[in-house]
Amino acid sequence: MENMGYLFAAYTIIWAVVFGYVVFMQRKQRRLQRNIDLLRESIDKPKK
Amino acid sequence: MNDKHVLRSNVLSGLGLVLMIAALYMVFIYVPTEKHTGVVQRIFYFHVSIAWVSFLAFFITFIFSILYLWKRTMRWDAIAHASAEAGIIFTTLVLITGPIWAKPVWGVWWTWDARLTTSLVLWLIYIAYLLVRAYATEPARGARFGAVIGIVGFIDVPIVFLVVNLWRTQHPTTIIFEGGLTTSMLLALLVSIAAFTTLYVLLVFQSACLKSMEADIKYLRSVQAE
Repeated sequence: MENMGYLFAAYTIIWAVVFGYVVFMQRKQRRLQRNIDLLRESIDKPKK
Repeated sequence: MNDKHVLRSNVLSGLGLVLMIAALYMVFIYVPTEKHTGVVQRIFYFHVSIAWVSFLAFFITFIFSILYLWKRTMRWDAIAHASAEAGIIFTTLVLITGPIWAKPVWGVWWTWDARLTTSLVLWLIYIAYLLVRAYATEPARGARFGAVIGIVGFIDVPIVFLVVNLWRTQHPTTIIFEGGLTTSMLLALLVSIAAFTTLYVLLVFQSACLKSMEADIKYLRSVQAE
């Protein structure tokens, strides 16, 4: 099982980068959705 | 995000997860260890799959950049932009996993070999694509400049692919098309490619949704300002 460390490093980095990107997008999506809701609320308010 | 978007995203996530588990099973359990380079050869299955997906991503950017310049539809630009972002993520992984594989096999992390150098140039081209978009004074101008880079930059993709056959390089040639893999190895590679292609589609879909949400915010802010 020579060079196992290299194999482990390669797969760990792949998963870390992919997982990091997915988390980044999810956080951004939540933040944008919050902004959209706040803007809609502020636009609707004066009409009431 | 509406219900249709959530359903599409869930289906893609489920399919991606199943394919990824199958790919991991095949890479670590199903395929035999390669005789010459040993266990580290297993990096090959994900390294090649990720490289294929990065080529696909830049091809989609190329197609949708042409469509954007032709029709000036922001939706096409959003897909081109999202695909370029995913392409950079995957090219970054290719440039990281390649040296990790090279060190035990070649004895060096990096060499200015034709395949490695053209891959690095490809990564730099699309980093420039993102920077041009980010620093453009108007979004429409950024989209236009980005589309030009997305079209011209794609020239490097066939060069990266063919360079191992055109020049004498240290990097292995395209053995997949020359029958250099056993059936089990080829099967593991195909499942890995399917898994990463699904992941790519999911990332582009999510990223394009984010760009559409950003456009909604811009529109709502303009309504609020009136």
